[in-house]
Amino acid sequence: MPSTWDSIRDQFPILAQQVNGHPLVYLDNAATTQKPLSVTRALDRFYALDNANVHRGLHALSMRSTDAYEGARSRVRAFINAEAPEEIIFTRGTTESINLVAASWGSANLRKGDVILLTEMEHHSNLVPWQLIAQRTGAIVRYVPVTGDEGLLDLASLDSLLTPQVKVLAFTHVSNTLGTINPAAELCARARKLGIVTVVDAAQSIGHMPVDVRAIGCDFLAFSGHKMASVTGIGVLYGRRALLDAMPPWQGGGGMISSVDFEGSRWKPSPERFEAGTPNFADAVALGVSCDFLDGLGRDKIQHHDGALAKEAYDRLSELPGIRILGPRGERGGLVSFAFDGVHAHDVVTFADEDGVALRGGHHCNQPLMKKLGLTSTVRASFYVYNVRSEIDALVASMARTLKFFA
Amino acid sequence: MSADLSDLYQNVILDHNRRPRNRGKLPTANRSAHGDNPSCGDQCDVFLRLDGDRIAEITFDGSGCAISQASASLMTTQLKGKTTTEAEKLYKEFHEIVTSGKEPEEISDLAAFAGVHAFPARIKCATLSWHAALNAIKGDAAQATTESHKD
Repeated sequence: MPSTWDSIRDQFPILAQQVNGHPLVYLDNAATTQKPLSVTRALDRFYALDNANVHRGLHALSMRSTDAYEGARSRVRAFINAEAPEEIIFTRGTTESINLVAASWGSANLRKGDVILLTEMEHHSNLVPWQLIAQRTGAIVRYVPVTGDEGLLDLASLDSLLTPQVKVLAFTHVSNTLGTINPAAELCARARKLGIVTVVDAAQSIGHMPVDVRAIGCDFLAFSGHKMASVTGIGVLYGRRALLDAMPPWQGGGGMISSVDFEGSRWKPSPERFEAGTPNFADAVALGVSCDFLDGLGRDKIQHHDGALAKEAYDRLSELPGIRILGPRGERGGLVSFAFDGVHAHDVVTFADEDGVALRGGHHCNQPLMKKLGLTSTVRASFYVYNVRSEIDALVASMARTLKFFA
Repeated sequence: MSADLSDLYQNVILDHNRRPRNRGKLPTANRSAHGDNPSCGDQCDVFLRLDGDRIAEITFDGSGCAISQASASLMTTQLKGKTTTEAEKLYKEFHEIVTSGKEPEEISDLAAFAGVHAFPARIKCATLSWHAALNAIKGDAAQATTESHKD
């Protein structure tokens, strides 16, 4: 049987189009990845054959739909090696997952003077929810610094930062701006020794490398479907069951109660406790199919593929005049972000689009880090399973042309 | 280069981007306002000295793409010496140019921005400094943000 890798671009019909008279070169995968036919067809099939509201349904379609939804939960459990499906809560995405932890775990566990430890490379989605709960509880937000030209976490500062006041350490697995891969297992081990709860933002790692919550040793892990070859509107919060069972609901409604009286209500355990209202079951089914797709390719192979493209792009872009490339020179996630002297990122992106090359320019929801680096915006090229080396040629040629125009 | 792109990056715009006019703080300013475009991070401060109803001096400072920087630069050259009423009228004309692509009746460098209309995502870049300037004229200390405008 031929490997899925051989015909991988056929799985993504969106790629076979011209943009502004050039073949589309889609390098905006850190924002969202494209979806393979197996995933979109599964979604079609679900709506065509099985759709009905999940849970409590006594008719055939509802039972089928419930089975598919809970089957997806089990599939995700296996995908990240969680212990039990009850540890998998479906959300709208990474942002909602982190808001859930901050609002529910945070409100029950954070007191005035407690410290929420983040890093300077967090996406706004792993920063603003913590600022909000800090305001409500009187907790303080501190940051592990990003250090050096290569944008690594300053691990030497950890010992002095991990004070007894720290209750939670939340950090990104792979930086969406620097491409840095953080040593998640090491960070979690050091936090756990001190009884500090850990939250991993896996938005940029989940679709690109093996992610095993027990190997990482985290308490919570958040990710989005649409950045891992799945559809928008579905994401996951993994939580260790002992923690989830002690957490209060964060939204109320149908599906999450065990009984309701006019005087008050009692909650179901996880995951239902955290999934008030009709869940996004159809997209959850699609997410399960994406897990199959990625495991079919092999996540270690995906990491190698994306990392090699990013490394080659780094090396080739380095030759351009006036370029500053962020992040590590060595091993990195599948993205490269960079800035040119005197040419703004948005002008670069507009010119690249003219060549059919889809890039992202801006602060990448990373404004505090940008300020620290003395930048207002960068251009980002991010790679995925369907990208090929010749697309780096197109990227570099487009950048050279843009620089020439603005010189 | 496509016609759309060469219309967007006209020589007037490239020139103002390379050599911005009236850039920097204005020590004699009696009005100022800050503008930002949260979706892309562009920033623009406008400083001006109002002499009665007339804009005696005007400068800008900030960071952003060529369109936003050139627009701010060109705006300062256009607004200097104008009355506040004339400034508002000029903004309406400019807004019409960048949203419709219609060139102004009178010959004006503002016409260079007609190409922006083909790139709807860039209209905010062109109008940011104008919003800040109008806020400064009104004495509205509130930050101008492109999010509270349609463009």
